[in-house]
Amino acid sequence: MIPPLAFFVLAAVLFVLGVVAFFVKKDLLTQFMAVEVMLNAGNLAFLALTAGPGRANAQAIVLFVIAVAAAEAVVGLSVIVLVFRRRKSIRTDELRDLKG
Amino acid sequence: MTLAVFVVLSAVCVAAVAAMILSRNPADNALFLVVAFAALGGLFGLLDSPFAAVAQVLVYAGAIMVLFLFAVMMFDLRRLEPRSRKRVRLGLASALAALLLAELALAGIRISGLAGPAWRSAEARDMARLGRLLFTDYLYPLEISALLLMAAIAGALALAGRKDAG
Repeated sequence: MIPPLAFFVLAAVLFVLGVVAFFVKKDLLTQFMAVEVMLNAGNLAFLALTAGPGRANAQAIVLFVIAVAAAEAVVGLSVIVLVFRRRKSIRTDELRDLKG
Repeated sequence: MTLAVFVVLSAVCVAAVAAMILSRNPADNALFLVVAFAALGGLFGLLDSPFAAVAQVLVYAGAIMVLFLFAVMMFDLRRLEPRSRKRVRLGLASALAALLLAELALAGIRISGLAGPAWRSAEARDMARLGRLLFTDYLYPLEISALLLMAAIAGALALAGRKDAG
């Protein structure tokens, strides 16, 4: 039987990779994908740290996280599409209107 | 056997996310993420969470990533991301990552004292129990998430559905 700690370590590594991807990548779409990676790492940690009957509760919460992630993806992607239509670019280093 | 499955799935998952960081094509990134999320679905299965595993593969690796690929289709992909010359950004990102990893390692040390309680995995796999939970204890969150999804559809249509937008 695999200890829960192994799953937690994997979740931590995935979350950190998501953070790195978010800061290193410069197109909005990939940065958005990095956010999804972080959400999934959170889900994994949730499932790893519950046991027995609590696992059912964790699954219910994972379902809600996935539902919120789906809603976020839909709205976020439509915002990105709008940005692209207006600016013809989704690269964050080219969108610098707020820079003083 | 279980350990081998765990090692393979976690290696695939981490490698796919690392490939997403290294690759410069958004379409490839989305496909790498499909691989990572499918492997993560397998890991959820290892954790005796068949429902979460199925939801992960169907909703995440299936629906959400297809949505990403459709979005990729609307952008100009011929222009690849230029190679980054800024080392500062990478340095800052790795510093932040190291800090975060240290923090999470502290949390891991704290939970490592928790002895794995003897529990019956059948109890966790019980779908009827999960269904009852969703419609009793989690009834309000369930209804609210239904409302949220509805609002997200309406919002996406209002934002990107208009022809004259932009």
